[in-house]
Amino acid sequence: MSADVKLEDVWIRFGEFVAAREVNIHIQEGEFFSFLGPSGCGKTTLLRAVSGFLSPSEGKVLIGGNDMAGIGPNKRPTALIFQNLALFPLMKVWENIAFALEVKGVGKAERRKRADELLELIALPDQGDKMVNELSGGQKQRVAIARALAAEPDVLLLDEPLSALDLKLRQHMRTELRAIQQRVGITFIYITHDQGEALTMSDHVAVMSQGVIEQVSDGNTIYDSPESSFVASFVGENNHFAGTVTHVDGDFVVVDTPSGSIRARNIEREGQKQLQSGDEAMVFIRPESLQFCDNQSFDNTLNAVVERQEFEGNFWHVFLDVEGSSRTVSLSMVNDGSSVVHDVGTSAKIGCNAPLAVALPAGSLAAE
Amino acid sequence: MISDRIRQFFVLFFVIGFFIYLFGPLIIMGLTAFNTSAFPRVTPWECFTVEWFEVLANDKRLLEGLRNSFLIGFGVVCFAVPLGLAGALMLMQVKDRVRPWYYTVVISPILVPGVVLGISTLLFWDRVGLMFGASRDSIFYNGFFLTIVGQSTFIAAYTMLVFISRLQRFDPAQEEAALDLGATHVQSFRKVLLPFLKPAIASATVLAFLASFENYNTTVFTSIGTSVLTTVLASKVRYGIDPSISALAVSIVVLTIFGAAMHEVFKRREEAEAKQAGLVAAGLQEKKKVQRQWFVDPAVIIILLVFIAGLGTAFFAGTMGVDECKVAVKEQKQAATKKRVEALQKRNQEREAAEKAAAEAKRLERSQRTGTENFNTIFSNENLKPQPGKKADTPRTGTENFSGIFDSGNLQQQAGQEDEAPTGTENFQGIFSSDNLQQQSGQEQPETEDANQ
Repeated sequence: MSADVKLEDVWIRFGEFVAAREVNIHIQEGEFFSFLGPSGCGKTTLLRAVSGFLSPSEGKVLIGGNDMAGIGPNKRPTALIFQNLALFPLMKVWENIAFALEVKGVGKAERRKRADELLELIALPDQGDKMVNELSGGQKQRVAIARALAAEPDVLLLDEPLSALDLKLRQHMRTELRAIQQRVGITFIYITHDQGEALTMSDHVAVMSQGVIEQVSDGNTIYDSPESSFVASFVGENNHFAGTVTHVDGDFVVVDTPSGSIRARNIEREGQKQLQSGDEAMVFIRPESLQFCDNQSFDNTLNAVVERQEFEGNFWHVFLDVEGSSRTVSLSMVNDGSSVVHDVGTSAKIGCNAPLAVALPAGSLAAE
Repeated sequence: MISDRIRQFFVLFFVIGFFIYLFGPLIIMGLTAFNTSAFPRVTPWECFTVEWFEVLANDKRLLEGLRNSFLIGFGVVCFAVPLGLAGALMLMQVKDRVRPWYYTVVISPILVPGVVLGISTLLFWDRVGLMFGASRDSIFYNGFFLTIVGQSTFIAAYTMLVFISRLQRFDPAQEEAALDLGATHVQSFRKVLLPFLKPAIASATVLAFLASFENYNTTVFTSIGTSVLTTVLASKVRYGIDPSISALAVSIVVLTIFGAAMHEVFKRREEAEAKQAGLVAAGLQEKKKVQRQWFVDPAVIIILLVFIAGLGTAFFAGTMGVDECKVAVKEQKQAATKKRVEALQKRNQEREAAEKAAAEAKRLERSQRTGTENFNTIFSNENLKPQPGKKADTPRTGTENFSGIFDSGNLQQQAGQEDEAPTGTENFQGIFSSDNLQQQSGQEQPETEDANQ
């Protein structure tokens, strides 16, 4: 079984500090939903409110349409996977997995059977009699998932479960998690500060900053059409240019920046175009959207000097000093074997077409 | 180089000195338990024996005290360990601001002198008993109850410290995980927290029991009529001790060493297991070696063997040949005593003789000075010299005429009764007048001293 989760006008305060501010989210039944944000943005707090370890100061949490107010974590149809996994070190692997059944009073034979089934599901057959500390990091991870699934939750909550793993394993576990989610078909709510995890696994991502939900959308939209300067700067790499909107032209605006006028898309938020003529704005252009002009023509061109280059196998990263901008602008080129290498110190024109540039109201940026 | 050597020397010196300071008294006391001497001592060493253990086993009062101490210790464990656990859990729950205050309050019984705790326990429960109109044989005046309650006041604080240090390493996420998986608070406590606290419970139990077992200053007030080991020992010390106390101490020390050794063995096994688990997890080792049962562990077997061998040796050495040795020692002692008695007798005889001789000499002197011409040479010094073997009989031979007036007994008597002395001495023209006597008594002192020497 699966259930949807709804947060209605949720506020969470700790004294003066506001950890969640007017949060409204509807997480669909059976989807993989991620909360993405820097540490301290309140995403874990929201998760604890869903799992029942914390009650919101205001607003409602509904799971499967039922108000969860006054219902403890052990009575909610949720299971939480902790950041440090919180496996029971004194129990064997199968006992860990069968814990939820044990507290329900299921007999030992039945528990063992179910634990073995789950061990099969997480691809760890015949490991049930080991102690937890005999497992490797990735195996522990999967045991924690199996333990949570044994409780047959409608919603599985995951609090940065991959953060303790090394890169290779983390990438592997991403696909694994997604596969498990699709197999069991229940709602997954995933907390992470790693955009790669959020974008690869999720059906929908909510980007959070300082207790506020900045944008809720699928990964593509978040990446290509960020709705706020925070989202644009937090998700993926972005070059930004501050300026003033000179005129609005359909879906596009022209922003006058010290580096020159840049034509960029005017992003909608809640059905509204965000920028009007005269507004303070920021233009965001991703490194891969920038290209050396050479002989081509672009909607926007900038004068720059090559500062340094980094070769990363499949990519060239070029860092440029752009006229009128105090920040180093980065540009990525796919190494297709034909790219022209620009020597350090040579001046070059770089350009980008208007649909790949995004103009947003000036606002806070993610810390670099 | 040289300074290194000096340093090493001092370190060695310190270490040896420290261990002597620590274990010297224990070793001496341990040795006294095996000496037949009725007073606990090492020198003179008489016979190796285990009879004091027998005496101990037959000492009704001590055994009753021991039994009561065990019962009270058990009661204290049952009472103070849960209390300490509750206190520690509470400390983890209270808000940060309240925590230092709470800590100070619950830890304060450790700082209060045991005597005060004892008296206050006694007074408090007496008041409570009065309030309920309880009779003197009710629980409020029961030594067991009062001692358990009184000791628990501070022992619970000890156990709490043990639990706190363990709880600080507990990951609260585990409890949350249990709750999240549908466990009730009770289930999460029983299945997650309690197993985690098991080692702390074990050490708190041992600590509580030992603290109760050896407590005197609280117990002496709260035990009322009940005799416990410490109070029995105290009264024994007051009325004279024998080495059965040492035997008791040796038994306790041996049991403690045995327990500590076993604990060490189990701890090492556990560590080895954990290490191996780590290796398995890291994939360095294919699979876990099959663990042997604890009772086939070589270390356990060795400890048991040493224990049994030590006990056996002590027992056999202590029973075989003890009687012979004792007889020998007794004979030796008797011989020594006899010798001493003889020596004493001889000395006394010599002294007596010397005294008599001195008395004679005095008499002679006197007679020579005044009217000895009439008596020829009877009182001459020559007569005195060969006489020591014949003692006092010979001088008397020439004094019949004086009807015992010169008997040394008279002289002594007269020395005490100076006033009466003149009454029977008219015939001697004042020879025995008190004036003379006084003069002589002044000379007596040095003479007797000579005799003594």
